[in-house]
Amino acid sequence: MTGSTRFGAYGGQYVPETLICALEELEHAYTTIVPSRAFQTEMEYYLKEYAGRETPLTFCRNMSRDCGCRIYLKREDLLHSGAHKLNNALGQALLAKAMGKKRIIAETGAGQHGVATAIAGAVLGLRVEVYMGVEDMGRQSLNVARMEMLGARVIPVRSGSRTLKDAINEALRDWVANVENTHYLIGSVVGPHPFPALVRDFQTVIGRETRDQILEKEERLPDVLVACVGGGSNAIGLFHAFLKDDVALFGAEAGGEGIKGRHGATLCRGRPGVLHGTYTYLIQDAFGQILESHSISAGLDYPGVGPEHSFLKDEGRVTYLPVTDEEALDSFFYLSRTEGILPALESAHAVALARTLADDLDDDGILVINLSGRGDKDVAQVAALMGGRR
Amino acid sequence: MNHHASRIADLFGSRSGTLLVACTMAGDPDYATSMRIIQEMIDAGADMIELVMPHSDPVADGPVMQEAVSRALDAGMNTDRFFSLISEIRKGSGTPLVVLTYANIVIQRGVEQFYRDAANAGVDGVAVADVPLEESGPFVAAARNARIEPILFVSRTTSKDRLEKILSAAGGFIYLVAAMGVTGTRDGIPEETLVCLREVKDRTGIPVVPGFGISGPEHIRTYADSGADGVIVGSALVQEIAQQVKLGCDPVSKVGGRVRRLKSGCIIDR
Repeated sequence: MTGSTRFGAYGGQYVPETLICALEELEHAYTTIVPSRAFQTEMEYYLKEYAGRETPLTFCRNMSRDCGCRIYLKREDLLHSGAHKLNNALGQALLAKAMGKKRIIAETGAGQHGVATAIAGAVLGLRVEVYMGVEDMGRQSLNVARMEMLGARVIPVRSGSRTLKDAINEALRDWVANVENTHYLIGSVVGPHPFPALVRDFQTVIGRETRDQILEKEERLPDVLVACVGGGSNAIGLFHAFLKDDVALFGAEAGGEGIKGRHGATLCRGRPGVLHGTYTYLIQDAFGQILESHSISAGLDYPGVGPEHSFLKDEGRVTYLPVTDEEALDSFFYLSRTEGILPALESAHAVALARTLADDLDDDGILVINLSGRGDKDVAQVAALMGGRR
Repeated sequence: MNHHASRIADLFGSRSGTLLVACTMAGDPDYATSMRIIQEMIDAGADMIELVMPHSDPVADGPVMQEAVSRALDAGMNTDRFFSLISEIRKGSGTPLVVLTYANIVIQRGVEQFYRDAANAGVDGVAVADVPLEESGPFVAAARNARIEPILFVSRTTSKDRLEKILSAAGGFIYLVAAMGVTGTRDGIPEETLVCLREVKDRTGIPVVPGFGISGPEHIRTYADSGADGVIVGSALVQEIAQQVKLGCDPVSKVGGRVRRLKSGCIIDR
């Protein structure tokens, strides 16, 4: 391996010996193919002409008035597929194609990454198989149908907690057995090196655009950025262009049922350890067994987190705070009714945290929320949760 | 405990025929039965025991081992009880015993502490399934400090350059990952694995022991013919336990019978 595989103490390559050759091949592609002019040109083409970049930075008049500061939404919900996941799926699928792989496998929680991978596979002519926990297939049945209509095969995962964590386990097992013709298109900044860096690099377009857009609109940098953090790819994507600036960065984690109940607030309440090939904060017991996480949003229901977030937490550069299921649900309705935008339940966590943080800002303070995905996928679930109440 | 450190070397040094390493999940289906299974494996002729400390997310393992993890964890297995179980076995047996587990189990106990506890319990070697050469530094150092053999993995996808480094860091024996993919029984043996086995044997004096996909005496004979010093059989034995547990029967004698049949594949002298 060339260069570091870690972010401070975090990251690394805790994988079975049989996967090392695949990681070496991927790192070689990451350091040679990705920076090439040919790859970058093709990537820009697909992001602009196919996916619809750049996405708007929308000033929220109503919410700003209500919260007492200047609030913007980075509209990843308007990206083709309805979420930021497509930035990474297109990037890795193009890379897989350049590496000569014929088959792509992916894991999905909320189904957004599965849909993005199915889309990228369809347009680039690659066979796609997506591992999904049966628990998630139930609560995200719309996305299961979308993946299948896009030509992907959805493989139900019945092991362990039957959610995202177990879908990643199954995808890793598949990859070990089929490394020669298969690329594992991981959906977040998690997993062994080079995945956390590779996925981050495909998502940093979010922050680069935001920076240009806010400088044009406000002629200065924002005071606060907020993004939700499950694995953490949309958050890293937004934050990265601002890490060296005097901008406060906040990650909203899944507080789940609250302080005493089940949760997915890995950085707020976890301890470092190894899961899915990387050393990072985890939700685990005293002996190192991984515990089941919980969140109202399947995309944040993960007992690990990207290793770079663990590093940024310890450095004190990013502040991570929990947002409960109830607060997220409340902000799901709040944004829908205040701005006419249905947020994904994942993104609703960021909206909820932003509303709290706005209290500390003056009228001319600027706050940017990464609206990482749209909420259409969650409509049936929210309707069921609300029962007769609307 | 230091006088146990050469048990593995003594075993391979004195061997006639291929050694049988019988593998089981600690605490499967429960602590007391697991103890009896291990004793039965030894009585039935297993030359070495590989005892797995279960981890909730075993990415190198197939469905058989995953289900065994669930049974063991549900029955209360944890790292404290794991070392107690080994200490109890050690009271009555000098059979070499190696541990297989995952990185997080070792890290959460504290890497140095894990190897010290292993040595105190009477463990001879430790293999960590998701610790490749790249991450092995602290694990190998802690093993050496505790006089535990650090068992490392090679596979047919291991490059020549890495193979040399693995061979110089490893102790006890080399665990040859005989199948691409996860643990579990398979029908045939890939020719590439036999080629790899012979190549590794040519480069080192450390015993080489294949594992993954080995379930019958005929597999063992094939590996023996290519120079394997021993074989590791896991899922085939754990499958036997799973079946008996499902039937509501005691698995001990069935596991013993299976070990005896496997042993029949080992006794042909080369």
